[in-house]
Amino acid sequence: MTTLFTAEHEWITTDTPAIVGITVHAQDALGDIVFVDLPAVGAKFNQGDVAGVVESVKAAADLYMPVTGEVVEINEALRDDPSLANSDPLDTGWFFKVRVADATQFDKLLDAPAYDELVKKS
Amino acid sequence: MSLPAALSKTPLHALHLELGAKMVPFAGYEMPVNYPGGIIAEHKHCRASAALFDVSHMGQVRLIGDNAASALESLVPVDIAGLAAGKQRYAFFTNSAGGILDDLMVTRRENDLLLVVNAACKAADINHLVTNIGHRCTVQPLPDRALLALQGPKAVDALPRLNPEVTTLTFMTGKTLALAGADCYITRSGYTGEDGFEISVPAADAEALARSLLAMPEVRPAGLGARDTLRLEAGLCLYGQDMNANTTPVQAGLTWAIQKVRRVGGARHGGYPGAGVIDAQLATGTTHKRVGLLGLERVPVREGVRLVDALGHKLGEVTSGTLAPSVDQPIAMAYLASNHAVPRSEVFAEVRGKRQPMRIVPLPFVPHRYVRG
Repeated sequence: MTTLFTAEHEWITTDTPAIVGITVHAQDALGDIVFVDLPAVGAKFNQGDVAGVVESVKAAADLYMPVTGEVVEINEALRDDPSLANSDPLDTGWFFKVRVADATQFDKLLDAPAYDELVKKS
Repeated sequence: MSLPAALSKTPLHALHLELGAKMVPFAGYEMPVNYPGGIIAEHKHCRASAALFDVSHMGQVRLIGDNAASALESLVPVDIAGLAAGKQRYAFFTNSAGGILDDLMVTRRENDLLLVVNAACKAADINHLVTNIGHRCTVQPLPDRALLALQGPKAVDALPRLNPEVTTLTFMTGKTLALAGADCYITRSGYTGEDGFEISVPAADAEALARSLLAMPEVRPAGLGARDTLRLEAGLCLYGQDMNANTTPVQAGLTWAIQKVRRVGGARHGGYPGAGVIDAQLATGTTHKRVGLLGLERVPVREGVRLVDALGHKLGEVTSGTLAPSVDQPIAMAYLASNHAVPRSEVFAEVRGKRQPMRIVPLPFVPHRYVRG
């Protein structure tokens, strides 16, 4: 299993189903996260669609779908305690799991060094 | 080519960086939005203990001369001439339509009036003062002074260590006092709903004063993020958001700041821009007014969100909103059609296509804890 990244600061694993969350950099930029709007299980999205919303005290940010697919599970614990996305964004603060429609879309995502480079430049 | 203007820095800029602040552009200044603990922790610390804010970006202006008070009364619907030495009052500059150009604090000192105005309006305010009353008094901006706010229930435990005389101040009064050798002007006031002090200090002494306050066990730094959530819970308007040049003080629910002496029948009635409009609105009311809204779900409801009734008719718009750290529910301030602005009734906020129920509640959301005389 590998974790890949989007330029919009989501991460996705190459598991089956794939797990999606937001990056350490994203949660740091947003600040204290107080609400997450998660998609419905069974919802289908194309790559780049808005699949959820993350709200901090300061602002709301869209969560973009890293790949085309169907949501098969959402993180109920995150819905109950959105601050998990701050305290543990890469693990227990995951957002949802996706049945990936086309695994070749993974090829266009960033690996960890490429994402780190992007964050450094921003 | 035209390059963007460089951001100004307050005298505490280096200290903010040293404390690990996240700096953002705000009203032409690079300001701390929060420190590493985050907005919620800073907010709660202010409600429980004492928070130190750098508000040096705000404008401090002296009005000097025997006619300063009556001159200022020609620009604000507020009793300035009747303000005793050492007393502070909330005021606003109005335009000819009765709209608010800026809100400000005015303190009558022994030899002048001290005005504190919003950073974003500072240049326009000074121009407004010089243009309209510069022939009647001296308008002296004070760019060489910083402004610190120490806010929270334990501010009164911390600040007296530097000068015990600060405890003689009560809400909305001020004094010239030395703090750690610096010549300060201190008022017991603020923008959080808590007890606390605002300290005007020479820029050169500001960092040493801030460090001596931050060394005290009650005090932690807080940024503009917490300042915004605190003032919103306290039901206090933010200029440019909850009121602007198209909003009158009557619509904004600020009629408490217009004393009887400046109203119809008062000894110094009118005589400021827009007095006719404001008098008429005081007599007959307005079609829209500012209200407080409490969210009944968890979804934050923010500035610009439309408010509708159960049938989808537009009733108004949110001007400030967040998930309130102390209330632990979404709160907002909004302008609502007056015939719908009925306490305890419910309206719907349209957030991303979904209707979120909100209840109209009296302001403030969190009780003020001012220490009055």
